[in-house]
Amino acid sequence: MILISCPNCGSRDETEFHYGGQAHVPYPEDPNTLSDEEWGRYLFYRENTKGIFAERWVHSSGCRKWFNVLRDTVTYRIAAVYRTGEPRPTLDGDPQ
Amino acid sequence: MADLLPEHPDFLWRNPEPKSSYDVVIIGGGGHGLATAYYLAKNHGITNVAVLERGWLAGGNMARNTTIIRSNYLWDESAAIYEHSLKQWEVLPEELDYDFLFSQRGVLNLAHTLQDVRDSVRRCEANRLNGVDAEWLDPDQVKEVCPIINTGDNIRYPVMGATYQPRAGIAKHDHVAWAFARKADELGVDLIQDCEVTGIVKDGNRVTGVRTSRGTIAAGKVALCAAGHSSVLAEMAGFDLPIQSHPLQALVSELHQPVHPTVVMSNHVHVYVSQAHKGELVMGAGVDSYNGYGQRGGFHVIEEQMAAAVELFPIFARAHLLRTWGGIVDVTPDASPVVSKTPIDQLYVNCGWGTGGFKGTPGAGWTMAHTIAHDEPHEYNAPFALERFSTGALIDEHGAAAVAH
Repeated sequence: MILISCPNCGSRDETEFHYGGQAHVPYPEDPNTLSDEEWGRYLFYRENTKGIFAERWVHSSGCRKWFNVLRDTVTYRIAAVYRTGEPRPTLDGDPQ
Repeated sequence: MADLLPEHPDFLWRNPEPKSSYDVVIIGGGGHGLATAYYLAKNHGITNVAVLERGWLAGGNMARNTTIIRSNYLWDESAAIYEHSLKQWEVLPEELDYDFLFSQRGVLNLAHTLQDVRDSVRRCEANRLNGVDAEWLDPDQVKEVCPIINTGDNIRYPVMGATYQPRAGIAKHDHVAWAFARKADELGVDLIQDCEVTGIVKDGNRVTGVRTSRGTIAAGKVALCAAGHSSVLAEMAGFDLPIQSHPLQALVSELHQPVHPTVVMSNHVHVYVSQAHKGELVMGAGVDSYNGYGQRGGFHVIEEQMAAAVELFPIFARAHLLRTWGGIVDVTPDASPVVSKTPIDQLYVNCGWGTGGFKGTPGAGWTMAHTIAHDEPHEYNAPFALERFSTGALIDEHGAAAVAH
């Protein structure tokens, strides 16, 4: 069980949340112009980072709002929580 | 009396130093990597092969799975590769000269809702059209096959019936790995443990070798068989995979007298359980929702799984949990594997078996070896190429995969 700090509700158990996978994946600006390969990449390919990963969670049993988390996929430790629409925060040790 | 485990000699394979060059280098010394090496040697006569394993042989998911073997998948493409795999399981103990306790005790896949019933009956019919043994059982017949299941209507999701595949079963997973390893070694394959791949060497778009913690090794062809770490290797090679790595947990009870004669799986309440030869009840949980490489997951996932198990099997209520553990499973968008050529020449990938790779060990090895030897897929793995994620010809097996993704 990991503890997740919802930006609206504070620290809650993981079981109150649902996972949304990789963050910062924009819908294609004009899907009609995409090739099959590009559309397939948008639909089916997501980063599968080993280490710090920017991902989405929704507080389904609380405020029901989506937000973003930086989490280490090896230790499962959460490094940062930030609101949807905000840029990915820089962490100590990130390449400048 | 539980069956006795077979005796085995102290050393089943050499532990050679890596040579500077091989015709084929296989990355990943789990079941799939070992089976690929074995079939390369046996079916194709390619023996100048190394299997590189960063830890110890078969210490990843091969040591962590719940050993269920079956082939009752819905689609024709899946039936072909999983049934081929099951047919190999049936001959492998003799072929590898190793009794790894393959026990065809059957599998029940339970239905708890009307939709479950419809899907299950459909899957039975599809299986039979594909030559896979399958029958639909009503609750009384379920009770005959497995007397300890509560088939009453006093539980939240009563058992409304089940599909039954009599030829399904379990095997002793690490003995399976050792059986493949010993035979591959005898045929000349170098099994190299404690050898982590840190880079893929390319000349233009062609793979020419691997950098490892034990030096650079040249290779004519390279095969990725690294399950949960496939994406990490693919990134080293310069291409992407439609894979997400998740923790998947399993657990065993302390040892008990034989009470559970078959394998029972339920998608809906999420239980899969068998009783190993030694006597422990072996159960698997669902995947943890988040991406993870940590080989561990949350205890609430175990708790949920055990609550469902006790409701279905009241006799388990006093069984003590002995041990839980986690592995890293490589999940694809359609719950079907990728056994494929890659955008890099002479580089091949076998991954995406997700929560069900153990049963596929011989089928994966067989088709992967063919793909490597001929630089073309075998008819059984052609539909499982990476191209399906741009053509849209997905093989959706979420219904038959049985573990919640």
